[in-house]
Amino acid sequence: MMESLEPLLAEHPFLKGLDPRHTQIITGCASNVRFDTGQIIFREGEEANQFYIIRQGKVALQIYTPGRGSIIIDTLTEGEVLGWSWLIPPYQWRFDAVASELTRAIALDGKCLRNKCEADHDLGYELLKRFSSIVDQRLESTRIRLLDIYDSNP
Amino acid sequence: MIATLEQKKNITAASADRKPVLFRISRVQKDTHDTFTIDLEPPKGGFYFEPGQFNMLYLHGVGEVPISICGDPSAHDKLIHTIRAVGTVTKAMQKLKKGDLLGVRGPFGTNWPAEESAGSDILIIAGGIGLPPLRPSIYHVLANREKYGKVVLLYGTRTPKDILYRKELEQWRARFDMEVHVTVDRAAGDWHGNVGVVTTLISRSHFDPSSTVAMLVGPEVMMRFTVLELQKRGIEPDNIYISMERNMKCGTGFCGHCQYGPTFICKDGPVYPYPAIKDVFVKREI
Repeated sequence: MMESLEPLLAEHPFLKGLDPRHTQIITGCASNVRFDTGQIIFREGEEANQFYIIRQGKVALQIYTPGRGSIIIDTLTEGEVLGWSWLIPPYQWRFDAVASELTRAIALDGKCLRNKCEADHDLGYELLKRFSSIVDQRLESTRIRLLDIYDSNP
Repeated sequence: MIATLEQKKNITAASADRKPVLFRISRVQKDTHDTFTIDLEPPKGGFYFEPGQFNMLYLHGVGEVPISICGDPSAHDKLIHTIRAVGTVTKAMQKLKKGDLLGVRGPFGTNWPAEESAGSDILIIAGGIGLPPLRPSIYHVLANREKYGKVVLLYGTRTPKDILYRKELEQWRARFDMEVHVTVDRAAGDWHGNVGVVTTLISRSHFDPSSTVAMLVGPEVMMRFTVLELQKRGIEPDNIYISMERNMKCGTGFCGHCQYGPTFICKDGPVYPYPAIKDVFVKREI
């Protein structure tokens, strides 16, 4: 018998404390995935119909720049969430995501979840609050890095 | 139990001589494109210091600069400083060779609460050139490993090329009794480590916030955000220690160059319990 992903989702920091009814709804859109080291998870410009709850491993978010190759702009690891482009039109990835090491995650079907959020606004609001917090953290991190604080001539 | 600021004052540089003593350089090592490490041979009797203290290093005919001591506090026969070449004096020091002489005054300033933190988890957070002032504490904690709970080192730099003490970081990371996370602000696609600001590593680390002593050194902006993140994780302000940096000249609190609010960093700092400077920490132009 296949084990349900519900307990794994309920324990993940991103979804911890969620109403069990909502966790159950989300589980209906979830599937287990695994990426080997170096495997591309998604590419810039592709349709963004999923996001990933990382259980183990590390993912590099990259952007390709002509003449400089791929530049890593962020890394995400166990306990974190990869991708929010599925939430925002036109639902396209803005960056490449590559597994830096063996990564196990739970993929959530964005289309399925968007429909469920439309039908249940409480779920939609709860998820948006949690994603807003992630966006806030990443924006803060980006702003600090913009300051180039370790430069010897700041 | 954690030392108060008053207790810390008692172990400052009372014995530090105001005249530089000449030390001979036994080794110079280039660490990164702008950072180098100088090993000095102390004259007879050795050199004693507490983790977190600094020396005034004097290069004859050029000038004097405050530099944190970054060697092992239990190794009295060697005095080590890692220096970033950013100004006239430090750029001139970069040209020094084995056998040259360097003037030393010190040690000055307050120390990390390494002894007082026995029984607690230790969280060490360094940004850029902030790792050297913390290294003596790491040596002390690892030499007395059984006295502490979890030991976590978080280190952020600009790029992979700016990482200091690479070999030691690898050795520390390989230990089963220490957690080490390194992150850089930017990296090419072939980098397998973390990219992101050092504060992002806090939520990825394993320690008990109710029993953790945090020691921080780095650019002030980094430390401001780090303090916020530590408090968000539940670490009490009393258990957060910060090392400050200003233009230190005399090292003994007479000249006033390093005044920081009501304190002088050279004698009341550089290591402060966060509550002691909380009010001035967020003030502009101080």
